Amino acid sequence: MQLAVWTYEGPPHVGAMRVAAAMEGLHYVLHAPQGDTYADLLFTMIERRATRPPVTYTTFQARDLGGDTATLLKTATLDAYERFRPQAILVGASCTAELIQDDPGGLARTLGLPVPVVPVDLPAYQRKENWGASETFYQLVRAFAGPRAPRPGTVRAASETRCCNILGPTALGFRHRDDVAEVRRLLALLGVPVNVVAPLGATPADLARLGEADFNVVLYPEVAMQAAAWLKRNFAQPHTTAIPIGVGATRDFIAEVARLAGVDPAPALAEASRLPWYSRSVDSTYLTGKRAFIFGDATHAIAAARIAATELAFEVVGLGTYSREFAREVRDAARGHGIEALITDDYLEVEAAIGAAQPELVLGTQMERHTAKRLGIPCAVISAPVHVQDFPARFSPQMGFEGANVLFDTLVHPLMMGLEEHLLGMFRDDFEFHDGAGASHLGAGSAPAAAVQPATPPLPESVGAWAPEAEKELKKIPFFVRGKARRNTERFAADRRIPLITLETLYDAKAHFSR
Amino acid sequence: MSAIAASLPTDAGAAGCGDAPVLRERGQREVFCGLTGIVWLHRKIQDAFFLVVGSRTCAHLLQSAAGVMIFAEPRFATAIIEERDLAGLADANEELDRVVARLLGRRPDIRMLFLVGSCPSEVIKLDLARAAQRLSQRHMPAVRVLHFSGSGIETTFTQGEDACLAALVPEMPAEPGSARSLLVVGALAEVVEDQFLRLFAALGVGPVRFLPARRAADLPAVGSGTRYLLAQPFLAETARALDARGARRIPAPFPLGAEGTTLWLHAAAQEWGVGERTFREATTIGEQRARHALLRRRERLSGQRVFFFPDSQLEVPLARFLARELGMVPLEVGTPYLHREHLAEELALLPPGVMLSEGQHVENQLDRCRAARPDLTVCGLGLANPLEAEGLATKWSIELVFTPIQGYEQAGDLAELFLRPLARRARLEV
Repeated sequence: MQLAVWTYEGPPHVGAMRVAAAMEGLHYVLHAPQGDTYADLLFTMIERRATRPPVTYTTFQARDLGGDTATLLKTATLDAYERFRPQAILVGASCTAELIQDDPGGLARTLGLPVPVVPVDLPAYQRKENWGASETFYQLVRAFAGPRAPRPGTVRAASETRCCNILGPTALGFRHRDDVAEVRRLLALLGVPVNVVAPLGATPADLARLGEADFNVVLYPEVAMQAAAWLKRNFAQPHTTAIPIGVGATRDFIAEVARLAGVDPAPALAEASRLPWYSRSVDSTYLTGKRAFIFGDATHAIAAARIAATELAFEVVGLGTYSREFAREVRDAARGHGIEALITDDYLEVEAAIGAAQPELVLGTQMERHTAKRLGIPCAVISAPVHVQDFPARFSPQMGFEGANVLFDTLVHPLMMGLEEHLLGMFRDDFEFHDGAGASHLGAGSAPAAAVQPATPPLPESVGAWAPEAEKELKKIPFFVRGKARRNTERFAADRRIPLITLETLYDAKAHFSR
Repeated sequence: MSAIAASLPTDAGAAGCGDAPVLRERGQREVFCGLTGIVWLHRKIQDAFFLVVGSRTCAHLLQSAAGVMIFAEPRFATAIIEERDLAGLADANEELDRVVARLLGRRPDIRMLFLVGSCPSEVIKLDLARAAQRLSQRHMPAVRVLHFSGSGIETTFTQGEDACLAALVPEMPAEPGSARSLLVVGALAEVVEDQFLRLFAALGVGPVRFLPARRAADLPAVGSGTRYLLAQPFLAETARALDARGARRIPAPFPLGAEGTTLWLHAAAQEWGVGERTFREATTIGEQRARHALLRRRERLSGQRVFFFPDSQLEVPLARFLARELGMVPLEVGTPYLHREHLAEELALLPPGVMLSEGQHVENQLDRCRAARPDLTVCGLGLANPLEAEGLATKWSIELVFTPIQGYEQAGDLAELFLRPLARRARLEV
């Protein structure tokens, strides 16, 4: 048993719902008790969908458990077909139905429906939402594209204009709607036609056409990599590996697509993001070496770390993910930043790591936004789990050059502006401009930073006490780096067994750590 | 199912809906399970912790139902059953003990721990009653461990609160002798409790206690002298448990609106033999204030037709309030469960001709709703935006559970909840 207060990912059948709700002409029959319909509100409220997700819940009750649950599933499936007339039906079970072992897929197939029935088994006690989305998408691709696969060993005919599929965007995805628009724009600049976008907006019939493309563009490996790998094996379709989040990664992506499509990358590369100039403008000098802690799904966390380090000149002091399926990729990326990755789905562990790293900026999920708020650290949200605020009314992609513009603003705006930071350091006793006051750009009413101490591991008892004059001097250090200064000084003193921290110790430590 | 709907008489013929036939439906239910009650119960009972023994779905539900995540470490959590817990129940019990020990170690402020059963824990027959007993012995006297079920296979939304309060009843101390006391049953906002306390004091009715109490340690005493008023209409099991302890229910409508509040207070006043003059003196000002607050809203709401999807079991009292005090016209009043005895006074007040439905077949009900084109549809969060997109004005029913709506001073607020969606539509020009 795992003790969980908040979770980064829902159960795997919610991942299946994200795929089903993204598609057209597909209906998902979910064997589930009453109450599991809560998942509908994720789509209708968080994403503000104007239609109910295409899901029928069998809604069994305790009194059905004797043996009527199978009949219930069959009736619900028939009714759903009659009412919604989908091109295909997806059938699966939620966590409770998995335990009663009715074999929903097998039962639904005996009904003789005139449309394909695709069963999907999602082990609810082992797996989570993104895995569920990935597995569902893969099963759908196999079911519909599979029958058209060429004989093994068939060589792909070279086509004049090579086209691609875009794989991965789902319902309830973090900025998927806008990412697809931006990536389509880049592909148009390159003159690469798009065959099918899936699952978002695709019908089962569209999935059957996936093999007609020459290669695949994988936007979100968490959802699409399994399907893309299968398409590669069965249709000899190569796929992209660069995720176009950030300027550098977008350039890599354009180069990769150009190579796969046999076109000139120049027209797309000529498009420029404002990020490089904004980052080089002198106003951004103060961003240098800002300590950033990054946590999210693997794709967005890895991308944010690269942007932070190489496009904004931050220092990446923490990098982690809750996507265990992509732990290896995140570990590799973290090594590249000279740190060790944090792989966990326990938000308290992430909170402790943030406390220990003493960052000046947190790039995370909604969970880290709340953690950072408690710790008084600025934060930007870069990844799912999604919140209603992650579906802005304006065009706000993460991908492509426009995405890089969005990310510059997202990552920089939570920080204090350059001169403000200096003034705060110099005149720290100003009555309305002090530790307790919120940042001025948040308005006069902004709440002062909470007095909660970060969850740093307590130092051993042997640590020296602070002499009053050293303690006083410490208070003159700007509050946003004070925690770090205190920690470093105490560690410096502990290492040297200095019993009393004096002014001299404070400045010795400062000199030591600034080497 | 729709054949049943078609054959249902639309006019009961007599005053009230006491004997009106009810359309009983079975199908997909667009409702929460009982675990959702934890979202308000953990705020209400301030030294209690709710540990759901369930799946990732349960954890995700609680997180999503809280709507906005309440990110101070909340007093609820989920012990997520994993693959290896399914292999052997003995191990599952050991795992549960380990999780509880870890939890209580982290939260020394907790005095009462509820193990909350879920669909998976019930299907695998994890005996939480025995677990609670075992853990209680281990952690007494610091922590009392109780259990109840909030599973979707057994409970709908507010029935979770019913199950929780029913679990508290055996823990209530016995009232020595047969001294008379009034117990108000059902979670209420503190501001509402305080208003009722003042009213009961003015009536000379007392002593007054509340279930649940704000702190687990302050559970009220119960005995043969206890008379109880239900403040919520969904407390069937709790009432049964209180009856078993010798308490007696005072039948009354529910304290929604000026009229409902007066009748509710009046029922207690009669039980205590309070004279009519005293009653009028104690309640007139509050009642008039409430009526005045309703007057302006009545102008806007009168004649508007309202359709209720089942949600919290508050539907019948709400429909009665809307019909009698605001002049609205209830078309269909859907409720997950219709407790005829507890709702007898309400049903008698409901205008004749209202269609009552119990249970749910959401697709059929949506067909009826679309055909009726009500002016206002009261429904859950999963249906609200899709219905708005179809041009139907909606009121999220969950707000009616999370907002103080009982009593005189809240009558205007309650009306406002129904008025706002309509007023908003009237203002918008885009």
